[in-house]
Amino acid sequence: MGLRLPSKVLEHILSFIDSNEDRNSVSLVCKSWFETERKTRKRVFVGNCYAVSPAAVAKRFPEVRSLTLKGKPHFADYNLVPDGWGGYAWPWIEAMAAKCPSLEEIRLKRMVVTDECLEKIAASFKDFKVLVLTSCEGFSTDGIAAIAATCRNLRVLELRECIVEDLGGDWLSYFPETSTSLVSLDFSCLDSEVKISDLERLVSRSPNLKSLKLNPAVTLDGLVSLLRRAPQLTELGTGSFAAQLKPEAFSKLSEAFSNCKQLQSLSGLWDVLPEYLPALYSVCPGLTSLNLSYATVRMPDLVELLRRCSKLQKLWVMDLIEDKGLEAVASYCKELRELRVFPSAPDLDEANIPLTEQGLVFVSKGCRKLESVLYFCVQFTNAALLTIARKRPNLKCFRLCVIEPFAPDYKTNEPLDKGFKAIAEGCKDLRRLSVSGLLSDKAFKYIGKHAKKVRMLSIAFAGDSDLMLHHLLSGCESLKKLEIRDCPFGDTALLEHAAKLETMRSLWMSSCFVSFGACKLLSQKMPRLNVEVIDEHPPETRPESSPVERIYIYRTVAGPRMDTPEFVWTIHKNPEIGVSHLAIK
Amino acid sequence: MSYRLLSVDKEEPGLKERNYLGLSDCSSVDSSTIPNVEKSNLNFKATELRLGLPESQSPERETDFGLLSPRTLDEKLLFPLLPCKDNASATTGHKNVVSGNKRGFADTWDEFSGVKGSVRPGGINMMMSPKVKDVPKSIQDERSHAKGGGLNNAPAAKAQVVGWPPIRSYRKNTMASSTSKNTDEVDGKPGLGALFVKVSMDGAPYLRKVDLRTYTSYQQLSSALEKMFSCFTLGQYGLHGAQGKERMSEIKLKDLLHGSEFVLTYEDKDGDWMLVGDVPWEIFTETCQKLKIMKGSDSIGLAPGAVEKSKNKERV
Repeated sequence: MGLRLPSKVLEHILSFIDSNEDRNSVSLVCKSWFETERKTRKRVFVGNCYAVSPAAVAKRFPEVRSLTLKGKPHFADYNLVPDGWGGYAWPWIEAMAAKCPSLEEIRLKRMVVTDECLEKIAASFKDFKVLVLTSCEGFSTDGIAAIAATCRNLRVLELRECIVEDLGGDWLSYFPETSTSLVSLDFSCLDSEVKISDLERLVSRSPNLKSLKLNPAVTLDGLVSLLRRAPQLTELGTGSFAAQLKPEAFSKLSEAFSNCKQLQSLSGLWDVLPEYLPALYSVCPGLTSLNLSYATVRMPDLVELLRRCSKLQKLWVMDLIEDKGLEAVASYCKELRELRVFPSAPDLDEANIPLTEQGLVFVSKGCRKLESVLYFCVQFTNAALLTIARKRPNLKCFRLCVIEPFAPDYKTNEPLDKGFKAIAEGCKDLRRLSVSGLLSDKAFKYIGKHAKKVRMLSIAFAGDSDLMLHHLLSGCESLKKLEIRDCPFGDTALLEHAAKLETMRSLWMSSCFVSFGACKLLSQKMPRLNVEVIDEHPPETRPESSPVERIYIYRTVAGPRMDTPEFVWTIHKNPEIGVSHLAIK
Repeated sequence: MSYRLLSVDKEEPGLKERNYLGLSDCSSVDSSTIPNVEKSNLNFKATELRLGLPESQSPERETDFGLLSPRTLDEKLLFPLLPCKDNASATTGHKNVVSGNKRGFADTWDEFSGVKGSVRPGGINMMMSPKVKDVPKSIQDERSHAKGGGLNNAPAAKAQVVGWPPIRSYRKNTMASSTSKNTDEVDGKPGLGALFVKVSMDGAPYLRKVDLRTYTSYQQLSSALEKMFSCFTLGQYGLHGAQGKERMSEIKLKDLLHGSEFVLTYEDKDGDWMLVGDVPWEIFTETCQKLKIMKGSDSIGLAPGAVEKSKNKERV
């Protein structure tokens, strides 16, 4: 006789299980567990919006409260995916509106969101609370106004690095006149000025406001006035600091900051003049997160600021910090967990900043809790990588961008194979890895062999042959996302490891040597993969052996997508061509 | 050529299963071949696609794909976007693979926008801000106006690879606009990137910014501004975006411009306000500091070519 858990009991147990991975496992046990699980799941994460159909998700999880979706491939951030590729939010919003009216939170990344979507959200979800749009585009401030006006219980409205058609600052005045429930507001990516009086009034009537990120149009005076009204802020993104320094202005600013005793995170600081930095000193000891990556401040002003930030866990900064500055960070910021160093001059021609591999070595030695690194540097050495790996085996995310493509170890002139081998071998918990510099197939043999937990791997201008891809696809056991550009491999490894692709979320390859014929073959053999050829010239007009510009392959249970633009080829578009050219027995 | 290779492969049944169906029931067979590099090499040899052993030199791939050998490939990748005649002649018909295509792609981004405009499933209305198109165009401009003799030099080439170094366009745009604010010589430097100027309009509550480098003529600038500011021709724009926009399109800014209600003026390096259109475009982009759409009535009685800022009483 079987022992059956009453569904009420199971529900109660499941209420303690948050992780979606665990819940996915639960849902596989048996039908009744599947049913109970699906009816109680509150948070749904879809890493690739084309992997599953919106209707299926809405139907399966009627009680969902929070939906997170990602659209375009990551390399879209670097302009490698043409406009119009896809990633539309509308079908999702529509499906959710129809089946899941209790939805409260929507988080979208790299998707096309229109004003109609935003208006639909506002109209359909009565208790809507959280809207976070990251790297999205396609909407205007009118859509934001709709959300502000209609979602009476809105807590979070964050526009992170979105491209918004800015029709003006009026949207701010659409928040309810009575007190709002706003906890977080981020409009840092909007261009135009908002009326400071509107902003002041909004802040005054938002007693729960903890996080406020202004756009560059907000002046220093505006900032002071806002800080006075919201001293309880824990996260602040300033507006532009580029105003002429007047003594009274400085002391007002200082005072305003010193009253913000709970400030933990500081960002914005566009065009900050070094003379203003001392106004921030009072908040430094409490800061856990500091984003100076838009602040064109140089040494030694940076050090004066950073040496006061003893609790800092997250630091984003430009290479203006130089090796010297990072040495200081290594000695003062002992709690550092995440470091990102961006180039101040993206063009190589202008690069003459004294930031070398040594800076990262300092931080790796000094900051024991360092686990996430993004580092742009002109060139690197194997020795530095070995040291970093030895000192920081706890690294979880290591993204090194050697700006000069094919740059070898500049001291020994060897490829950086040994260095990345050390990273892959030494950092056993590594989840995300980006490699660069001169790398041979060997490097990928090491990575394939040792990087067992790496889920996301990014590669550019590397490798010698198909072996590179072979090593990766046969090795990296946890690989979920692989993105490659400008590497000289062709069809063989890809076709040989076709099965691996079904265990991954997606594979992106651009400017490699994969032929159109291989793409067609892969499409035919693997019906549960969508193989997209993204090419300026229709690939079917060229010989099969000719390489295609970009390929995006992802697993899906939703079948072919119907919203592909002209420059995206899939086998479903021209099935008759696929069949006639490849007469397979 | 490789098409035949593919079909040859298929006619050998054993190979077909091992190489292409790395799936389900064959997995036990496949897994035995995959981890061992030597065995994989055998497979590769059997399919006539030769790969070198890991420590050896790069494999020859000309015969396989009719393409460059990896050595030439390296050079190719160093000059990925340049219409180098030397490189072009060294390659086969696939010269556009690495070089021309990327550039050409940026050239045709406008086409894609057009395409996107015509394909609208489910009534999706995609509004792309001009900024998205600005980025590829400025990259394109950089490349086409590249420092003349530098085309064949490695350093110039490296600076022009699309999407490299991998920095988000948001960050690039932000840095570009703050660079143009901070450096004085930006006007004189060709191909530096964006040249943002503020555009204000009488009666409008806010400013916009335009990147003058994305336009090559007054006509383009004028139509872009029309689109940007046409919403102001109505007293207010409502919450209901779709409805409001339909009404907006009926009254266009240019109608008002033609009716002389508004004129486009700019502030030059000397602080004087001039009517837009009098000087050649190139000179205009170098001297323009700010743009302003003025009411025609404010500029009445002022000579063309030198319009004084009506509110600035210090200038007489």
